[in-house]
Amino acid sequence: MLSRVADSMYWMSRYVERAENVARFIDVNLQLMLDDSSGEGQQWLPLVNTTGDHEEFTKRHGKATQQDVIAFLTFDAENSNSILSCVRTARENARTIREIISSEMWLQLNKFYLMVTAAAETPDAVLSNPHDFFTEVKNANHLFNGITAATMTHGEPWHFFHMGRMLERADKTSRILDVKYFILLRSAQDVGTPFDDIQWAAVLRSASAFEMYRKRHGRISPRGVVEFLLLDREFPRAIHFSLLAARDSLHQISGTPVSTFRHAPEKWLGQLCSDLSFAGIDEIINGGLHEYLDELQTRMNQAGAGIFETFFAFKTPKSGRRQTQEQ
Amino acid sequence: MGLFGAPGWPPMLFNDYEVGDFFDEMFGEANQPRASARTLVNNIESLAPGEFFNRQRAAERALLQMGITFNVYGERAGAEKIFPFDLVPRIVPAAEWSRIERGLKQRIVALNLFIDDLYHDQKILKDGIVPAEIVLSSRAFRKQCMGFNPPRGIWCHVTGTDLVRHRDGQIYVLEDNLRCPSGVSYVLENRAVMKSMFPQVFAQSRIRPVANYPSRLRDMLEFLAPDCVTAPRCVLLTPGTHNSAYFEHSFLAQQMGVELVEGRDLVVDEGYVCMRTTKGLEQVDVIYRRIDDDFLDPKHFRPDSMLGVPGLMDVYQRGNVALANAPGGGVADDKVVYAYVPRIVKYYLGEDIILPNVPTYICSEEADLNYVLDHLELLVVKAANESGGYGMLVGPHSTAAQRAEFADKIRANPRNYIAQPTLALSRVPTLTGDHFEGRHVDLRPYILYGKEIFVLPGGLTRVALKKGSLVVNSSQGGGSKDTWVLADAPVPEKDEFSPGSPSLNALGAA
Repeated sequence: MLSRVADSMYWMSRYVERAENVARFIDVNLQLMLDDSSGEGQQWLPLVNTTGDHEEFTKRHGKATQQDVIAFLTFDAENSNSILSCVRTARENARTIREIISSEMWLQLNKFYLMVTAAAETPDAVLSNPHDFFTEVKNANHLFNGITAATMTHGEPWHFFHMGRMLERADKTSRILDVKYFILLRSAQDVGTPFDDIQWAAVLRSASAFEMYRKRHGRISPRGVVEFLLLDREFPRAIHFSLLAARDSLHQISGTPVSTFRHAPEKWLGQLCSDLSFAGIDEIINGGLHEYLDELQTRMNQAGAGIFETFFAFKTPKSGRRQTQEQ
Repeated sequence: MGLFGAPGWPPMLFNDYEVGDFFDEMFGEANQPRASARTLVNNIESLAPGEFFNRQRAAERALLQMGITFNVYGERAGAEKIFPFDLVPRIVPAAEWSRIERGLKQRIVALNLFIDDLYHDQKILKDGIVPAEIVLSSRAFRKQCMGFNPPRGIWCHVTGTDLVRHRDGQIYVLEDNLRCPSGVSYVLENRAVMKSMFPQVFAQSRIRPVANYPSRLRDMLEFLAPDCVTAPRCVLLTPGTHNSAYFEHSFLAQQMGVELVEGRDLVVDEGYVCMRTTKGLEQVDVIYRRIDDDFLDPKHFRPDSMLGVPGLMDVYQRGNVALANAPGGGVADDKVVYAYVPRIVKYYLGEDIILPNVPTYICSEEADLNYVLDHLELLVVKAANESGGYGMLVGPHSTAAQRAEFADKIRANPRNYIAQPTLALSRVPTLTGDHFEGRHVDLRPYILYGKEIFVLPGGLTRVALKKGSLVVNSSQGGGSKDTWVLADAPVPEKDEFSPGSPSLNALGAA
């Protein structure tokens, strides 16, 4: 397939997934606020951190109020990571590959885009009851992913799509974990109180992980939550699960057997999965979760850069490598 | 709503529909529906009140959700609009269509011979049938193509000829679009929408299908591949998402099952054109290019083009890749060359032209120039090398200042202008508010020249939605309608026109 098309598949999928995750961050924070009678739990700046737009936000808005943060992350056309911008970018990518994706996929993504742009026309009305809107965003992405899985051949283009989505999800879960862990453990006396439980339950809910966590670990504890969202191999929003899925797609694309590598991203992603497979939760927490997640993010970025270099980057032809079409 | 209509709406009847002083495609004498339109008229009139309106809205919603849009130049970059669509189709009876089809084939065969002659012996110029300076001064004449033999001898593979019907009932050719004509995707999508809106009418009528166009197009492209290639790879080359016809490029590539490529996806390697894939370079054999000649290859044409592929023309001239349409073919759809087409047909085929031209004044000829400058308010003036309604003066709808400005332009460069009498384009009923009014239409059928010549039974009917307007271009407030070509000849009608011999005077007076 064309390198440009692979690039667009990959980014289309990353941006739709990102839109969903931003909706999750905001929604969970709003839910937390409702449970917090003291008002001290109101923390909005960390949300901006989860999308990595801290500097941009502070430059433009200064103090992080609920209203400003939500506006910045939902309908701000100048913030490239707002829900509006993510969906628009995803659709722009889709528009350049309409002939590759199924028409059902295009139809759903276009409806998604029209829904978000219509909402952006009347932001005040939408944000007066934001939960409905965020639910719609999440469901629109679920529908898009379901339609994609059910209507598009699971060949090379699909694997670029799947790999992009899984890398994006791993990245966002790591950020949500990082930020929440930092806020929630800010005061040691909270640990073990009912409020603490509610907070951790909210973190799980933001990853749609609450019920699945209960089935696996039962009691809610910070250690258990971190282990579940970071190391679980079976929960589809856990970092480990997501990276394994991304790795499998990468190997499907290149045809290299898993556990071996032919190019840099296969090596980096393979090493990353292997490290997670043999990591213990106590070592991670004792060594500092923040430091661990920081390194994880750096290594995921490295894998992303390797994917760009290997598949998408412009290269001048080397003669003798031309193939005629095989049928 | 839905099946049961909506309260408060009047039933959609044609009782007080006014044909006016025009040829109406649907209604003949005494406001009686033409035989070809009776089934449809009955069906529409029997709908519950409001139901027609519901279907119109449903169709618009479907087109928006499908993202069937075009980009408008001069507005915000990448601004998308839906091409407005009207639910009342234009119906073409079988007998009339067969004449149109013969006329289009005749024209395309002659134009192909003409182009081939221009790039070889130029007999037609030597014989003085077409003035040499007209051809040689055309911007679309490409010296680079002299002596070249395109694959299978074909220059104009895809043509979208614009036809109009005047008040006299006669169908005229308005333009031969030999350079990447667009619009066929709307023909296919409009039909899909219409079938879901009027299934009963389709079941009762014999409407010829258009859905096989992409297969025909692909067959034509594969026919052009070099003989030694067993499984030719065809691609569609687009200028990119900001082009006004990007939707169509993407749609056709998808329907044909070929790759949609941009210039940056292609590269010339050792005398072949290749595309960059995730697994390295792969050879390309046929390119359906939707990029103008000027931008195809910065080494041969405009050096500043970022859209094309450096070295593409060298590969083409070696015969290692086929291009459709062939570079250089645009010379035959120059608006001045157009005026000579009846003579071109006579010269190469020895036949009289079946579909006549709109009578045309050539501003580079002095008598015509003087007439044009004296009668600007009656004429439509067109620049030779513009399309899409740009660079055009519609005399009867112009201001004195606009006419003065155009007169200066014409005097400065007469070679660049032609003028035609303002035609009273035929009309089709069109939903306007809560009733039907007549709106002016044209028709663009599509012709593929491959192993044989295929004329798609249908075409894009463009409609000027503004009351009284004659400009049907999408960029200027036009919309579209489905075009139904019927398979069986209906009972001969009294009100069928009889083609007469048009003259400038008759048209001017009409």
